[in-house]
Amino acid sequence: MTTTDFIRRGNRAAGKHDDDVTTLPAPPPVRRKQGLKARFRRDRSLVLMALPVVVLLVVFAYVPLLGNVVAFQSYSPFIGIPASPWVGLENFARVFGDPNFWNAVRNTLVITGFQLVFFFPVPIALALLLNSLLRPAMRATIQAIVYLPHFFSWVLVVSVFQQLLGGAGLLSQMLRANGWSGMDIMTNPDTFLFLITSQAVWKDAGWGIIVFLAALAAIDPEQYEAAAVDGANRWRRMWHVTLPGLRSVIVLLLILRLGDALTVGFEQMILQRDAVGAEAAEVLDTFVYYTGIQNGDWSYAAAAGLIKGVISLGLILAANKVAHLFGENGVYSKS
Amino acid sequence: MTTIIKPARPRRSGPSRPAWEEEPGIATKAGKVVILTLVVLAVLGPLYTILLTSISSQGTITQAGGLVLIPGEFSLDAYRQILNGGVVTRAVLVSVGITVTGTLLSMVVSILCAYGLSRPGSFAHTPILFTLLITMFFSAGMIPSYLLVSGLGLINSYWALILPSAVSVFNIIILRGFFMGIDRGILDSARIDGASEWRILAQIVLPMSKAVTAVIALFYGVGYWNAFFNAVLYINDSSKNPLQVVLRSYVLQGVSVPGQIDVGQGVAPSLALQMAVIVIAMVPILMVYPFVQKHFTKGVMIGAVKG
Repeated sequence: MTTTDFIRRGNRAAGKHDDDVTTLPAPPPVRRKQGLKARFRRDRSLVLMALPVVVLLVVFAYVPLLGNVVAFQSYSPFIGIPASPWVGLENFARVFGDPNFWNAVRNTLVITGFQLVFFFPVPIALALLLNSLLRPAMRATIQAIVYLPHFFSWVLVVSVFQQLLGGAGLLSQMLRANGWSGMDIMTNPDTFLFLITSQAVWKDAGWGIIVFLAALAAIDPEQYEAAAVDGANRWRRMWHVTLPGLRSVIVLLLILRLGDALTVGFEQMILQRDAVGAEAAEVLDTFVYYTGIQNGDWSYAAAAGLIKGVISLGLILAANKVAHLFGENGVYSKS
Repeated sequence: MTTIIKPARPRRSGPSRPAWEEEPGIATKAGKVVILTLVVLAVLGPLYTILLTSISSQGTITQAGGLVLIPGEFSLDAYRQILNGGVVTRAVLVSVGITVTGTLLSMVVSILCAYGLSRPGSFAHTPILFTLLITMFFSAGMIPSYLLVSGLGLINSYWALILPSAVSVFNIIILRGFFMGIDRGILDSARIDGASEWRILAQIVLPMSKAVTAVIALFYGVGYWNAFFNAVLYINDSSKNPLQVVLRSYVLQGVSVPGQIDVGQGVAPSLALQMAVIVIAMVPILMVYPFVQKHFTKGVMIGAVKG
């Protein structure tokens, strides 16, 4: 819940990596096939080592799944889950009839779509640019600088933007110094899409190039040489060598983003919802927070959250299906 | 099209362009320099002016009409004010405590788990691995998580800021991938010599994995330091708020932090104060970052693509 959607995207990218590892052919067995008991005796310390994480995940990832039953109840925290009355699908009917919910859905999808067009290509372009630098020292320095904002919290990033673009910020300050009137971009719903996208670019576009740089490094330089000898200029080489080399990474990240379509930087939104207003800044996650935790309509918010969760899961699985159809590995491999 | 292959021009330093690659035109080169300069400025510029404002005197800030771009009179008043034992000081201590405790806990359980899962074919390997991986595909949702934490009686407890986010499967997978790449021969010979798995992990595997461990510790540490929303959800007692929450109320919501403004010593340099809080939130990251960032691409991320 604390991670941004971008990190989550990275998580899944690494999930892919892991599955590649797990599907590797197992190393030739050193020992002869042993019985279950003997294997347990042999590996019990390994199992014991894995246990704390399993316990933590069961408690904090699996057990809360059961808590979703409150979506089918009229839950009251004072009487608890067992005593709360069951109401069937009533909460879901209410959610689907709520214009505020549809407003949140629309905002979420618009933001996802907008960022797909205006955020997604930025790391690719930056990676190509960096990759064309000849001096490793220069490249390493710029990389170190552009990765940095990824490690700042959203509170920090929004605060920085507030100081630059807010009503009392640097931009207004400069405008006023030159005789224009100041402007407050931080509270303007009309420019909100641009604002959050530029925040996302500032924070995470640099970090996003890491994956593309690794993919670029994996392209065989002889391909470029061969293409150049055949008379391809730099643009044709980019089209015929570089882009095919990046294709699988681009497809993977694109699909992951689509699978994550209902999640748009939750902390980023909740920090700015008050300033901009719910009309423009309410997304599904903030909708759940405000209806459930703030207004105490637990079951209603849980129903909205459950709808989002189920659709998200479906989107991820569908995205993987598409990845396999494209001949890519997707998040998990078929094995 | 006719003269593609030009002799590489000798350069003063750095590797030269391969012989087959054409020298870019002046416009291309200039464009590159301009874009990269803008990118670097976009990152460093805001940090520069915020840092500068936080160490400027009120007079300089008034003269600049806001954020300071040109260094003026130097003053550490803002830092002196917020670090004198008030709300910000307490929030810093809370954040440091949570970050240190949480990172230690996360590292211990993650390293153990990653090593425990580093040998495919061991007892219960696949079921345990799947238990981990499946959690990457769903999240239970905010309401059920809140109900669980409150059901466990962790509301207003610092553990609510640590335990729910203690495990990152992503980090475990990176560690595990690294451990799996360690030469089995070394481990097997230690085993034949009678070393237990615990001893192998502590004395052979960990010393070989310093870089990846450092990066993962950074990931966890930054996660705890930056955690904001968990505190909003689970901490109602404002005296227990971590720094990020204080940063929000002070800088974003413009709340004046009680006990902060010292009436006796004149008007508080409010903007400098805000900037100082921002700087304090950045400092730990800026301190650790240089030591760890060089390992990012090397040890950690390359496998994610090549796989």
